Amino acid sequence: MLKLKAARTLPARASALGWRMLDPRSCWSLRVDLVAAAGPMSAADLPLAIDVCRAATRGDWSALWLGPDEQLLVGLDSAHAQLAPRLAAALDGVAHSIVDVSHRQAAIELSGPGATRLLAMGCPLDFDLRSAPVGFCTRTVYAKAEVVLWRQDTQRFQLQAWRSFLPYVTGLLALGSQELTAGI
Amino acid sequence: MSGDCRSARGGGDLQRSQPLRFEFDGRSYQGLQGDTLASALLANGVHLIGRSFKYHRPRGIMAAGPEDPNALVTIRRDAARSTPNLNATQVELYDGLVAYSQNRWPSLRFDTARINDLLSRFIPSGFYYKTFMWPRKAWHSLYEPRIRAAAGLGVASTEADPDLYAQCYGHCELLIVGAGPAGIAAALTAAASGARVMLCDEQALPGGSLRTGTSARIGGQDAADWLRESVQKLTAAPNVTLLTRTTAFGYLPHNMVALSERLSDHLATPPPGKPRERLWQVCARQVILATGAIERPLVFPGNDRPGVMLAGAARSFLNRYGVLPGARVVVLTAHDDAYQTAIDLKAAGVQIAALADMRTDPAGPHVEAARSAGIAVRTGTTAVGTRGNLRVTAVGLAGLDSNGAVAGAADWVKCDALLMSGGYTPSVHLHSQARGKLRWDEATHAFVPGAAAAGCRSVGACNGLIGAELVRVFEQATAAAADALRECGIHDQPGAIAISKELAVSEDRGASGGWIGALPQPAGAKAGKAFVDWQNDVTAADLKLAVREGFRSIEHIKRYTTTGMATDQGKTSNLNALAIAAQQLGRAIPEVGLTTFRLPYLPVGFGGLAGYARGDFFAPVRKTPMYDWAADRGAVFEPVAMWQRARYFPERGEDMHQAVARECAAVRRSCGLFDASTLGKIEVAGPDAIEFMNRMYVNNWSSLAVGRCRYGILLRDDGFVYDDGVVARLSDDRLHVTTTTGGAPRVLGMMEDYLQTEWPHLKVWLTSTTEQWAVIAVQGPQARAVLEPLVEQADLSAAALPHMAMTRGLVCGVPAMIFRVSFTGELGYEINVPADYGAEVWRAIWASGQAHGMCTYGTEAMHVLRAEKGYIIVGQDTDGTMTPDDAGVSWAVGKNKPEFVGMVSLRKPALQDPRRKQLVGLLTVDPAHVLEEGSQIAAEPGQRPPMRLIGHVTSSYYSSVLGRSIALAVVSAGRSRLGQTLYVPTAHGESTVTVTQPVFYDPKGERLNA
Repeated sequence: MLKLKAARTLPARASALGWRMLDPRSCWSLRVDLVAAAGPMSAADLPLAIDVCRAATRGDWSALWLGPDEQLLVGLDSAHAQLAPRLAAALDGVAHSIVDVSHRQAAIELSGPGATRLLAMGCPLDFDLRSAPVGFCTRTVYAKAEVVLWRQDTQRFQLQAWRSFLPYVTGLLALGSQELTAGI
Repeated sequence: MSGDCRSARGGGDLQRSQPLRFEFDGRSYQGLQGDTLASALLANGVHLIGRSFKYHRPRGIMAAGPEDPNALVTIRRDAARSTPNLNATQVELYDGLVAYSQNRWPSLRFDTARINDLLSRFIPSGFYYKTFMWPRKAWHSLYEPRIRAAAGLGVASTEADPDLYAQCYGHCELLIVGAGPAGIAAALTAAASGARVMLCDEQALPGGSLRTGTSARIGGQDAADWLRESVQKLTAAPNVTLLTRTTAFGYLPHNMVALSERLSDHLATPPPGKPRERLWQVCARQVILATGAIERPLVFPGNDRPGVMLAGAARSFLNRYGVLPGARVVVLTAHDDAYQTAIDLKAAGVQIAALADMRTDPAGPHVEAARSAGIAVRTGTTAVGTRGNLRVTAVGLAGLDSNGAVAGAADWVKCDALLMSGGYTPSVHLHSQARGKLRWDEATHAFVPGAAAAGCRSVGACNGLIGAELVRVFEQATAAAADALRECGIHDQPGAIAISKELAVSEDRGASGGWIGALPQPAGAKAGKAFVDWQNDVTAADLKLAVREGFRSIEHIKRYTTTGMATDQGKTSNLNALAIAAQQLGRAIPEVGLTTFRLPYLPVGFGGLAGYARGDFFAPVRKTPMYDWAADRGAVFEPVAMWQRARYFPERGEDMHQAVARECAAVRRSCGLFDASTLGKIEVAGPDAIEFMNRMYVNNWSSLAVGRCRYGILLRDDGFVYDDGVVARLSDDRLHVTTTTGGAPRVLGMMEDYLQTEWPHLKVWLTSTTEQWAVIAVQGPQARAVLEPLVEQADLSAAALPHMAMTRGLVCGVPAMIFRVSFTGELGYEINVPADYGAEVWRAIWASGQAHGMCTYGTEAMHVLRAEKGYIIVGQDTDGTMTPDDAGVSWAVGKNKPEFVGMVSLRKPALQDPRRKQLVGLLTVDPAHVLEEGSQIAAEPGQRPPMRLIGHVTSSYYSSVLGRSIALAVVSAGRSRLGQTLYVPTAHGESTVTVTQPVFYDPKGERLNA
């Protein structure tokens, strides 16, 4: 019997000044009525983001508010196998949809003083801390690619894109890094 | 005058210690750092810069700013970096700059097309509408190309643009457009509040009219010192972004303003990697427009000779660049502002041959200052013509009587420059682009901003403060800034600057006056051309002709005469044109109205608009996890939607047909491996999943058992086929829906649309999983044998996993969904594994398949294989006007369903007409002839056009396994024509075909169910 090595392989592993590819992580699209889910999720020690366009973290898992009934759950790849049973148990009796999207998308971290400038090259959002404070998250665009953005610190962002869009997004980020490096 | 025209006076923009060499039309000249190409040419006594658009008349520099209509040049760095139609007044000089004049042959000084000027009575406005009517066909092939070539501007480089163009979004509470005195005062006010302020100016140096030269003192300082200190303050403020060389060219909805920042065009050697331009898309909460005003030329015969210049421009050239427009100048004005020019030039040693004022009784501080400077003022005087060829040599001045008519003979005054001023026109372009209203102000004879768009304020000259005292400009600008900040919720504004102190103005002179329209001319005189629009060569006579010929609307007059339609968009001409038309129509100017202001305010290069979106970044190029493997094996790819899909895998010099024949044969004989990852995948989950699918798709999903698949069809609400795909029931409340590659985003969008707007109460959610799964199709009689050694925890036998069933298991140890489905008609499986594992599982299956004669195949073989089975491809065999019945798949439509999208439409009589085009097979009588896809089909042979056509070919291939060509077609009442002979007209005669069932291979499906 042929067996594979366990490592997941992502496209576009290159990194440059101001951004880097993150290791694979566990991602789940959770669709559920937030009011119905808040209690059970809390009881199961799982996060649920209640505030619009804000992330909530609990233990190893973070929940990103992407829509009124849509959360993106993000955790470590090593914890991947545990989540589905934990969620199923927690949301037993609550109508919901949980779909594994870990391989659909990958994450890029942008950090440092150039992070918001790199983002401004492709994303029309205002990254001033008054409108996008730490914990801000949203589904948006980077140039012509759909992405999910999550501000984890004042100068640190996580950007998730679908895997086939990664070469496009990282290529643009590399161009942008060159611009920043040249100080222009 | 030629040679050195540089003055020791003025030159505020210059660094006189830094000489630069440059070339114009092959001749070398010296300029100074800080010059524009225009100022450097004038400094060298060069006034002849170009030839006019239509008449090829010699032209010089008329204005000092971007409104100049004449001085268009080509700047060439190398073959690829050659930019035509740049305005010499906007081109900053650098060492080694190479410029060429345009629209002349063989040379600028001697241009053969000057003949047009002599023939001008034969080519009046709209001559091409009247003259070039017959023969009609010749318009496209002969007349239009010739006219366009004759009336050319510069020539663009045909090489790829090697430069980089940056783009970014900007956000601020307050965007101020224009860094003249008004813009700077507004910025100083807002800077103190801590709000984010962006201040942009198209010039290399901020200051606007303050740089042109003013007698005023601000805050107890010279205006120049105040300007320097203010700019330092703004530059130091962390909340202020000051952008120079940045043109706000478009005002879009919601205060989104587009700016074009020129980053490296002014550098002799742009550093590698430095973008040439940056396009800013600024989202501003509030906008202050401080865009100033543009001086109006005067319309009189011969007003276009080189050496005829706007008076304010001449002052700008002196005070900014230390350039003298001539040695002996005549000033002709209807506005006080030109007096300051005369005074400044006289102080620089220029002889003022005459200062002619059209007004009979000009008075005020300007007039007094001129007289006390020893300048003779001729009042009530107009110009009736000029002399000179490549440079003005004299101007004919004539007196006006009390009725404003020309009285007496012309006095020809010798001069080498004629400076004119008809007053100033507020630059309301951006205010108008923002959908602000305009108001005619009788006092200043100008259109000024009326009701503005939300969050948009105009201040200073663009708001009608023409020639006003600076203190009024400051009052307006600081008040507007304070208002704008309050709109942003910033009420506490400490440190707001005080008009009484920091902005206290002294020794300022307000200016007034102005003239709109053509100057009075002697009755019955045979006048020369009096230009209104210099760039498009439109004269006062052209406008009058248009009115005589019946045009009434200013929009029609504009298009007929082309006035205001050149690259300068009529910045210097629109108001004069309007006044002439209004006078001719006998109506007041505001009744006639203005033409529309559109973006861009100034021309913007395509490179800047494209930004990063070029080459690899024009659009995302999507690749599957197995792309690299296929590329390594020499696959030829084809774009499908945004995806790159392997089309075929040629071996040893095969062409596509040979490769496809081999790939098809391998699938039919043993097995093939195919990358189906691009298929759209949507997980439909929730208690109402089946109910939702029953409403969306035509099929009945309630009867689909868990672990079973079904071919689904999605219609639009008009009843026509929109998409198709295999749907699997994963559990009671979860379906795995596949779509076509290209249809994935729109199918998900349509589903979400219905779910959110029609059935929001359904408890079901949709998640795209297209990219979660790599899909590996293993198709052919040996498919089971290839896969079985790699699979655990799943039974692939025909009994356990029949056609259209699915199961879960491990493939190469990876959790997988295994679908027994086939788009080839063979025994087949589609293995879905999480995408990160796709390439490795693919390689393992490939290795396992080698013992069985496995072959990889691409989309082209897939198309042939499915056509042999009569499986349709939505978008190829359907065209958006086909019902399920037309496409031969009405068996899929669920019976007795209460509703599904498109169900009502299917009942319309037109969609049940038996004469509708239906999918059939076609076999050519000549088995070697492969019909062309798209060919039309006729029922009767030998027809001549117009033919009666009854259908067309949708798919056509050579089938190796059948040893002949096959085709799918849609034919009117096709299913009633089985066995009939039809005719397909081709480029090489008629092809005779027989109508058949659309399934050509294994019609009983024995291979499928093996």
